[in-house]
Amino acid sequence: MAGVVSFLTRRRGGDRWHWTDVATWVWLIGGLLIIFGPAVWLVLSSFKTPAALSAFPPSILPYVTQEVQVEGFDKPLPLYEVTLPDGTTAQMAEKRRVGVIAQMIDPKNPGEVVKVNIKDRKPVEMVEFATSNYTEPFLQFDFLRYLWNSVFVTVMATIITLIVNSMAAFALSKYKFKGRDLILLVIVGTLMVPLGVITVPLYSIISTLGLFNNLWGVILPTVATPTGVFLLRQYMLTIPDELIDAARMDKASEWQIYWRIVLPLSAPALAVLAIFSVVWRWNDFLWPLIVLSRSTAYTLQVGLNVYAGQLNVQWHYILAMTVVTMIPVVLVFVFLQRFITRGIATSGLK
Amino acid sequence: MGRITLEKLTKSYGSVEILHGIDLDIQDGEFVVFVGPSGCGKSTLLRQIAGLDKPTSGELKINGKLVNDVPAADRGLAMVFQSYALYPHMSVRQNLAFGLENARMPKAEIDSRIAEAARMLEIGDYLDRRPGQLSGGQRQRVAIGRAIVRNPTAFLLDEPLSNLDAELRISMRAELSALHQRLKTTMIYVTHDQIEAMTLANRIVVLRKGNIEQVGTPLELYNRPANRFVAGFIGAPSMNFLPGSILAVNLVDTVVTVLGEETLAVPRPAETAEAGEKITVGVRPQHIRLAGPGEDCIGAKVTLVEALGAETVVHARVSTGELLLAVLAGQHALSAGEDIRLTFDAKDLHLFGGDGLRIAGT
Repeated sequence: MAGVVSFLTRRRGGDRWHWTDVATWVWLIGGLLIIFGPAVWLVLSSFKTPAALSAFPPSILPYVTQEVQVEGFDKPLPLYEVTLPDGTTAQMAEKRRVGVIAQMIDPKNPGEVVKVNIKDRKPVEMVEFATSNYTEPFLQFDFLRYLWNSVFVTVMATIITLIVNSMAAFALSKYKFKGRDLILLVIVGTLMVPLGVITVPLYSIISTLGLFNNLWGVILPTVATPTGVFLLRQYMLTIPDELIDAARMDKASEWQIYWRIVLPLSAPALAVLAIFSVVWRWNDFLWPLIVLSRSTAYTLQVGLNVYAGQLNVQWHYILAMTVVTMIPVVLVFVFLQRFITRGIATSGLK
Repeated sequence: MGRITLEKLTKSYGSVEILHGIDLDIQDGEFVVFVGPSGCGKSTLLRQIAGLDKPTSGELKINGKLVNDVPAADRGLAMVFQSYALYPHMSVRQNLAFGLENARMPKAEIDSRIAEAARMLEIGDYLDRRPGQLSGGQRQRVAIGRAIVRNPTAFLLDEPLSNLDAELRISMRAELSALHQRLKTTMIYVTHDQIEAMTLANRIVVLRKGNIEQVGTPLELYNRPANRFVAGFIGAPSMNFLPGSILAVNLVDTVVTVLGEETLAVPRPAETAEAGEKITVGVRPQHIRLAGPGEDCIGAKVTLVEALGAETVVHARVSTGELLLAVLAGQHALSAGEDIRLTFDAKDLHLFGGDGLRIAGT
């Protein structure tokens, strides 16, 4: 503990603050707020009631106005801290409000009504997590089906992406043939073509193939990514050619060289691409929205869209379900990130 | 059986020809060393034999069978790479088994071969470790083990010792030599280190710029180098070359003068040279000694003395400016700047003509 304190209070200028100490702290805290702030806001807001979400000024924690059950009323009444005309304060429930005048009653003595200007009262608030934001969509919204569709699309697309891209990268990095560099250039060049340009032709292809409203229609157009090919190729270039020569001498077929030598040694790059692919496919919205029009085929991202109506956006559900959809991506990242730094390809050589 | 024959083998990369027609016949059980300076094509030649590259023209035969179009895997050869090229993600055992599994060998046979190789190379203790956890010498043994388990027709070794430290290199050299004695399999060994070549080889192939300069046993190359290049390359420190000329060619000897200072009768008659011809005279540093009083000699000024105890290496400059290196047996009280008188025996001289080739007959 003392070590942590002395570490945190360490300064470049010895006892005095150096300007770089200040800059460092500002930078670090600012960065933390910018990067982590929205995530915290999202998680906390997902527990807010619709009223709290629209409250101004907005709050960080999910506050709700305390309510009290009063004899003679069917519904619980909101509780306020009221400043009475004689200067004393009391906790009273609001019976009704007309313009700027609220009719307040004492919950213990519901017969007596006090009229108070709304400026003279403050709601009694408490922190409460509206877990119904999470539970209700599970009951009304076909969450599990959307989740399954999303998982299927993500997993299949990622597996196929890894296989297809690593094969292309293997050929482009370890074989010498005419036009190899041109092919790479063309593949990387497709990075410059935005999805919007190819959406219509892609749609007609998918439609002609009968993959409309089919999850494979979402998966197949996305599996060959220039980024993936380029990333894996650059990594495979670092695998020494002597290893491949050795494997050839060891009677390995080209497939075995790919499968048993090159692929295991590319694990760090494959992990990076797997993370990218999972995040891309999981968060993909536009293309699934185009291909999938039947609600049973919706992925989570498309399914969430039903909460955003033309006139009414159910923010509390959207936020809660966004948190749920974030969890798998975060888990995948936590699980795979340790592979990224593990460079094993060169450890068998001098 | 492991007889390898090369006939007029050439290799070009694009328009650049690396090998210019190599003819070589390697007998079964022979230990042949390809030696030469870097860039001479020795590794390229080995890759052609291994099948990792295809020769541009010429014929390559293993046991009399043309193998130009046979893939590397089916030539029955095993190769040890300079970087060892062990599969880093596999254990030592898996490294050894990989080639055998690919050949669909029964599991029991694989195990017995690995056990045999492990016993022979003393790598049994770390069969379950990864290459990354081994030292350089251990990796070297594993790399050789991977070749041995294949039970190949011939071993191809591409500078296998160059990544080891000097001490380990000497002991591994002895082990390799012992291994060859025991296995009696053809071995082709590539190195740029002439000491490795001299100690290991039955026959040495000296290569330069894609041509074979000379093929012969280590002592043939040392005693009768075919040209100035081989003479300078084989032997350490390398041979001294001094200008000279032929005074007379007799029936039993050739009389030459070195630097115009010393006249000697080399006891071998030159066949192709005539009196008056300018030649280059080669003499090994070990054959130079201090001249006794009254002896015919070459005068030189000492520039550097390296006293090694058992011998003294003397760097000296002769009157015409050539640097002369002499390895004198024992210890000598010499110092830089001193004038010394050096001489050598006529029988130890190597005579090279203007074209750099050894003068026939001498």
